[in-house]
Amino acid sequence: MNANGNLVELDHLTKRFQVKQGVFARGKAEVHAVEDVSLTVRRGETLGIVGESGCGKSTTARLMLRLLDATAGKVRFDGRDITTLSQRQLRPLRREMQMIFQDPYSSLNPRKTVGQIVGAPFVIHGQKKGKVRVQELLETVGLSPEHYNRYPHEFSGGQRQRIGVARALALNPKLIVCDEPVSALDVSIQAQILNLLRTLQKDFDLTYVFISHDLSVIRQIADRIAVMYLGRVVELGDSESIYEHPKHPYTAALLSAVPRASTGGRERIVLSGDVPSPVAPPPACVFHPRCPRFHKGHCDVEAPELRELAPRQAAACHYPLERWPMTDEEIRQAEGAERADRPHLEGTVHEA
Amino acid sequence: MTDPGDRLLLDVRGLTVRFPTSDGVVQAVSDVSFSLSRGETLGVVGESGSGKSVSNLAIMGLLNRQRTAIAGEVLFRGRDLLTLPPDQLRHIRGKEIAMVFQDPFACLHPMYRVGAQIAEAVRAHDDVGKDRAWARAVELLDHVGIPNAKSRARDYPHQFSGGMRQRAMIAMALVHNPSILICDEPTTALDVTVQAQILELIEDVKREFDIGVILVTHDLGVVAETASSVMVMYAGRVMEYGPAREIFAQPQHPYTWGLLDSMPSVERRLAALVPIDGSPPSLLAPPAGCPFHPRCRYRFEPCPTERPDLVAPVPEAHPDACHLPWDDKLREGAKRSVDRVGEAA
Repeated sequence: MNANGNLVELDHLTKRFQVKQGVFARGKAEVHAVEDVSLTVRRGETLGIVGESGCGKSTTARLMLRLLDATAGKVRFDGRDITTLSQRQLRPLRREMQMIFQDPYSSLNPRKTVGQIVGAPFVIHGQKKGKVRVQELLETVGLSPEHYNRYPHEFSGGQRQRIGVARALALNPKLIVCDEPVSALDVSIQAQILNLLRTLQKDFDLTYVFISHDLSVIRQIADRIAVMYLGRVVELGDSESIYEHPKHPYTAALLSAVPRASTGGRERIVLSGDVPSPVAPPPACVFHPRCPRFHKGHCDVEAPELRELAPRQAAACHYPLERWPMTDEEIRQAEGAERADRPHLEGTVHEA
Repeated sequence: MTDPGDRLLLDVRGLTVRFPTSDGVVQAVSDVSFSLSRGETLGVVGESGSGKSVSNLAIMGLLNRQRTAIAGEVLFRGRDLLTLPPDQLRHIRGKEIAMVFQDPFACLHPMYRVGAQIAEAVRAHDDVGKDRAWARAVELLDHVGIPNAKSRARDYPHQFSGGMRQRAMIAMALVHNPSILICDEPTTALDVTVQAQILELIEDVKREFDIGVILVTHDLGVVAETASSVMVMYAGRVMEYGPAREIFAQPQHPYTWGLLDSMPSVERRLAALVPIDGSPPSLLAPPAGCPFHPRCRYRFEPCPTERPDLVAPVPEAHPDACHLPWDDKLREGAKRSVDRVGEAA
């Protein structure tokens, strides 16, 4: 047990995948999946990782669990550097880190009974735990002990996700990585699972890394968040500070793009274009081609470092937002700056 | 919503869809009635299996008539689409009523150029030459915001991003200036920043061409931002139907309350999410009475046996299908928002 409060520390973590390109796949290229990511997960907290598809959030989680090997950088778990441990050395650690997957249909073996699925971790780690323990787990996650001999196809999506949660809990882990655990579920069921995860965290002192593209879900469950874009962490800090006062223009755009069920107009920044390819990410700040606060000659030349801009809130931006929501004046300025720099783009900032 | 005269485009009355299967008859859609006028966006909300997609497939005439029992009327400008012979239906489908689906990758042929696929849609209803059709395709791609439309029209679908593919699908739907655009989960497969772009495009298209839009989605946020009227469906039936402003400001049905209360909010961290207990019923044997009664915390004596009609409980309210007396609804409706927001507000 190390002295500080961090369960996981990622230190300048980078992952690049080799891909073949071109005619007959002769060209070689690299996908920059995760670039220079440093962050910590504190004991007992929920760290939310949020971003659009392809931003590297799942890859980061897999690197954290050593399901993938990093190209560069270090992963420390519970004070111990696990970046170069062999699979054999990792095995005892695997008990302490578990994962819940997005798709409750493909993450459960259809040929195994619920009892076998939830009991599998005991078998793998050579622990003799009987049916009783598995049935206890089923009850913990809100299923009935009678479900022991049933097969996954007999359950609804929400119930299957509960089976996945029971399996992750089996070995009393310290860390559970939840990779989009509620994205495949209907909204009424999603709330059941989110509430369950919250209760379990209190009861079992769990630390969560919670990955989602859904900003509302993240706000509900996370204590701190990391916003990722094209493999980089662009904003990191306390969840409430970031949601109330985003500093990075991408975070602001992401927040303003979420449709809300409440009534009333609001300011909206609509980003133009799509996320660029991670095979050839833009130079310097990766967000500059879509950024409403882009400054030519700076943002496209020098990459911004992640720096603290408010207590417990850091962002990687040369021109962070001073306040949120922005005033009309600031919006006009942002619009003006953008037109001057890139006349070919449509208006990106306006009132909705 | 009750726009009279020639603004009215679609009038659906008592639409019922049954699928006979080896396990029994699936009661996919039961007695659904609504209307759509020009300039209106009707949001159809519901969870998976609520019948929201099937109703629209039935309207489009895309269900196999041999294997499906469809009853009711779908009046498009006074003509019943359900009894129209297939050759006449073909002049309406794709021309007067166009559809945009969820997955734009599955809807575009991977081996043909995007422009060629749109040009094909042009020639399906108009007798024009290939060059004219191609020119129209380029014009439409440009119109829906594809940069360099002229050269991008020669791209294959895999060269387009998800958002661009959905734009191309909307371009294809607009080929014949339809009067109704049905969008079935048009942004579910897209990232949130791209979703905002596509929703804006649909809104622009609606205004510009003065058409009616049916937007099917499971996302109440999307509906709140785009729809002018809302129909909430559950287990194949309409639970609540009215102007969007009213549905979100003063929802009347316990199921709608349940949906709204189980939704996390991006605006604040809520004291608690209030889920709906249990899960949706099987449509092979939906519950008697109100289909929502097994999960409803307000159920009382008539709910398990008598099916509530979709009627306005008081003249100033919009129609809902619920037995709960109006006074109780007002009281419970006011109470629920306090439970949810709690001290966190």
